[in-house]
Amino acid sequence: MGLIAAFGAPIFLPFMTTQIAFLWMMVVFALCWDIMGGQMGYNSFGNIFFFGIGAYVCAVIQRDSGLDWYVAFFLGFGAAAILGVLCAAILGAGILGLRGQYFAICTLGLGIAGGEIASGWDYIGAGSGLSPPLFPGALGMREMFFNYLFLTLALVCFFTLKRVYSGRFGLAINAIRDDEDKAEAMGLRTTRYKIVAWCISAFFVAMCGAAAGNMIGFIDPRDVAFAGVTFGVWMVLMAILGGKGTLWGPVLGALVFHITQELFWTYLLGWQRVALGLLIVVIVVFFPTGILGWLRERRTMSTSGGSEQ
Amino acid sequence: MSSQFKVFLTALVAIAVAAGGYFYLQGAKKDTDTIVLGAAISLTGKYSTNGSHTKNGYDLAVLKINANGGVKVGDRSYKIKIIYYDDESTPARGAQLAERLIKQDGVKYMLGPYSSGLTKAIAPVTEKYKVPMVEGNGASLSLFKKGYKHLFAVLSTTQFYLKEAVNLAATQAKLAGIDPKTLKVALAFENDPFSQDVRAGVVEDAKRYGMQIVVDDKLPPDLNDMSVTLTKVKALKPDVLIVSGHAKGAALAVRQIADMKVNVPMLALTHCDSAKVIKKFKAKSEYTLCASQWDRGLSYKDSLFGSAEDFALLYEKTYKYSPPYQSAESAASVQVFADAFQRAGTLDPAKVRDALTTTKMQTFYGNIKFDASGKNIAKPMVLYQIQGGKYKVVAPLKWAGAKIVHPTPSWDKR
Amino acid sequence: MEGLSIFIEQPVRLLQIIVDGILVGSVFALSAYGLALVWGVMKIINIAQGEFVMLGGYVAILIADAGYSPLLGVPLAAMILFCVGWVLYRLVIFRVVDRDLFISILATFGLSILLQQLANQVFGADVRTAESGLVTMSFLDGNITISQIKLLSFFLAFALGGGLWLFLRSSQLGQAIRATAQNARAARIMGIDTNSVYAVTYGLNAAICGAAGALVAMTWVIHPYLGLTYTVRSFMIVVVAGLGNLMGVILAGLGLGTAENIAGFVLGAEYQAAFVFSLLVVILVWRNWRLGLQRRYLK
Repeated sequence: MGLIAAFGAPIFLPFMTTQIAFLWMMVVFALCWDIMGGQMGYNSFGNIFFFGIGAYVCAVIQRDSGLDWYVAFFLGFGAAAILGVLCAAILGAGILGLRGQYFAICTLGLGIAGGEIASGWDYIGAGSGLSPPLFPGALGMREMFFNYLFLTLALVCFFTLKRVYSGRFGLAINAIRDDEDKAEAMGLRTTRYKIVAWCISAFFVAMCGAAAGNMIGFIDPRDVAFAGVTFGVWMVLMAILGGKGTLWGPVLGALVFHITQELFWTYLLGWQRVALGLLIVVIVVFFPTGILGWLRERRTMSTSGGSEQ
Repeated sequence: MSSQFKVFLTALVAIAVAAGGYFYLQGAKKDTDTIVLGAAISLTGKYSTNGSHTKNGYDLAVLKINANGGVKVGDRSYKIKIIYYDDESTPARGAQLAERLIKQDGVKYMLGPYSSGLTKAIAPVTEKYKVPMVEGNGASLSLFKKGYKHLFAVLSTTQFYLKEAVNLAATQAKLAGIDPKTLKVALAFENDPFSQDVRAGVVEDAKRYGMQIVVDDKLPPDLNDMSVTLTKVKALKPDVLIVSGHAKGAALAVRQIADMKVNVPMLALTHCDSAKVIKKFKAKSEYTLCASQWDRGLSYKDSLFGSAEDFALLYEKTYKYSPPYQSAESAASVQVFADAFQRAGTLDPAKVRDALTTTKMQTFYGNIKFDASGKNIAKPMVLYQIQGGKYKVVAPLKWAGAKIVHPTPSWDKR
Repeated sequence: MEGLSIFIEQPVRLLQIIVDGILVGSVFALSAYGLALVWGVMKIINIAQGEFVMLGGYVAILIADAGYSPLLGVPLAAMILFCVGWVLYRLVIFRVVDRDLFISILATFGLSILLQQLANQVFGADVRTAESGLVTMSFLDGNITISQIKLLSFFLAFALGGGLWLFLRSSQLGQAIRATAQNARAARIMGIDTNSVYAVTYGLNAAICGAAGALVAMTWVIHPYLGLTYTVRSFMIVVVAGLGNLMGVILAGLGLGTAENIAGFVLGAEYQAAFVFSLLVVILVWRNWRLGLQRRYLK
């Protein structure tokens, strides 16, 4: 039933297509962050780095290949994913050795450094940014296209993760979260799993970047591509809001966060960012286990021995 | 999944749908005797100060037009109304908002946002939906190289901003019997779309004269300190130093050039007025050249506001501060629309767009005539020099009210 | 890379860059002291560090607007920000003290956004400055300039550092703070009200940052969004110096300022910020590698 609502949404609410497209993107963000933060215990503030890479790779291919728009875009889309994974593998080898807060802040630095370096590189437009070629299609087609693209991405991501978590991989990364040293002592090749987890994150996030760059129409190195202080942190919040470490938590968190943000934005004109800061503090301080966690606690309190699923 | 959870999720989706429905209904309301213009403005974020200047300019024009009986289209009079959204100074938001205004709020004519970056994000949207947009705050030349047919800008585009400074340096050199080719130019521009475009215009002119560019620094937007660049300037002793980095760049430049006692014969900046350099730095800001789109002392006039000075007085009375050029060009944007509506005689966006292409008018802000790409080719930029704590127009020579003091005396003589 | 050739031809410029680097580094060190304290004592990484600096700057600006010398802003900002920090502790921070470090990062991040946006609403996004009235001294025929306000920051950094060290060593409250840092539970058993200790520590952190901010207002510019710059640099300095090592903080601060300036001069200003953030990544990876060597030895 939910799927029907999801597919039908842009038809019933045509003027909100872009916002809905962003919603699916946020779902992917939250899910991908959760692999690292919720399931594996490695809180990353820098996943946005792959978003930026994806956005630029795709736009550059679109600009330089001279091919038909759709061909160039999907080529760029794929290249974005590949490059994202490559970066995750290379960077991961160096950075995933860091623990806890050091990892978190290191990735924050990474995310912001990405923006700074991008704005100095003339080939990709430096500070003036880069505009991918315009979508060739009728009125309203562009939003529809990207909306369904993001929706597909979100669904693929969700089901991939569902599959992956229920297998050995899921157990392995949870073990890393619960006690990495013991896991390693027991013979688990933690480094390998850590890198794979980050690569999975990077894969989906980079594709989001490729699509988003085209949907927004203009890639600014600091405000769009490597938007560390906005998207980069929101993906963390959404997962925590919904309940990190679960499959539905990030989805729920993305939904609630995005809708709340849009509402703040419309009704608290000028003060929406202040409200956002307040919201962050409230979520983190009072609901660290997220909505799902809170619900779970309520249920175990009211019905003794209740089972879920 | 437990059934309780399913209920919760359904409730959430229901809320989302309800919210969507509410927004839809909002858009369905329409006023019949009003022309609605849409605008995404930076009310928060790094451009919020200029965003509010822009909004004030729009509002004042609407106020005056409505007070004078509104806009006459055919045989009916219409009042003007503007719907605003906050783009938070981010391009992604701006594009989303443009779409929202056009599709959800049913806006058929758009007023521009503040800054080139935001205009760059919004222009593709308005172009796609064939919604004419008149803007006064996106000066980037690259906007007009894309073949947009629905974009019109009343302001002078970026390449003109500091061209006058380069020309002035060349003229002064020739007067002193020096070949402009031997002049050394130092550039310090913030690394963002607007400032980089201004740089492109300056570089083009400098190359035309054969001048040598000895320093070419791109300052990161979050940088709070220009001392590294200025040390280079002291080392290489250029004849001209040109800085553009919005208000922060102007403030830092004036302050640190004085602090470090950097002696440059000519210093040219943008955004002196929005950085309030005279008020903040007093004597230290003396002799600085400042680019401006408009000055209240120029002798333009129109039938709505009167002269430039009249506009400035009205603005001061309404908002209690002197209008920067951002407000003036925003007000002029609304005037251009009003004029186009009247000449088109209809509210059909396509006909209004056609009327816009044939605009030829003088406003208190300046002359307005659009070329095929939509930029205003009838209005030159103005160059001030700060003399005796006041802005004096020194270029173009036709409008100059004072003579430039050049070369700037060194710091130990001040 | 014309910067390198300038250094070789005109070594006096290198001297100026180093001098400037040391002076700006002392302001970074000031904003890092508090972080070293808060991190060491309360095990919290305060992302809102830069926002305290920013608020301190606005205090100085308001004083200047009211017609008084903004130099008064330095002690006044310290006092006002102490109260702000203390109140924030009592309202928000105390809830995240005993929890996961990551929670404290997120919570203080939320605070930083809140403070930043509030400042934007109240003061506007305009850059503001305050005039200290101090002059610039020049040497070597104007080739080396040192503004007195920067010199003041330099001395203040050392004075405050020394004062802090003395305070922690000798005063009763200072000893309570150190005891809590070493072992909070034991301190509580010994009768120390750790909650109050934490509140004072957080307030002290805000106070030092506030003083730094007042100096920034008189030296450069203040705007609502300059917080992140100082937060990141404070973090880098503390990581390099090590928690609780106050002498290390000032040295790391001076080093960072100088490195940043030299990088900006040689690589070009556009890479100056990229250099800093990349350096952060490099420092952390290098540090981890060093620890990894130790770990391997133990295995």
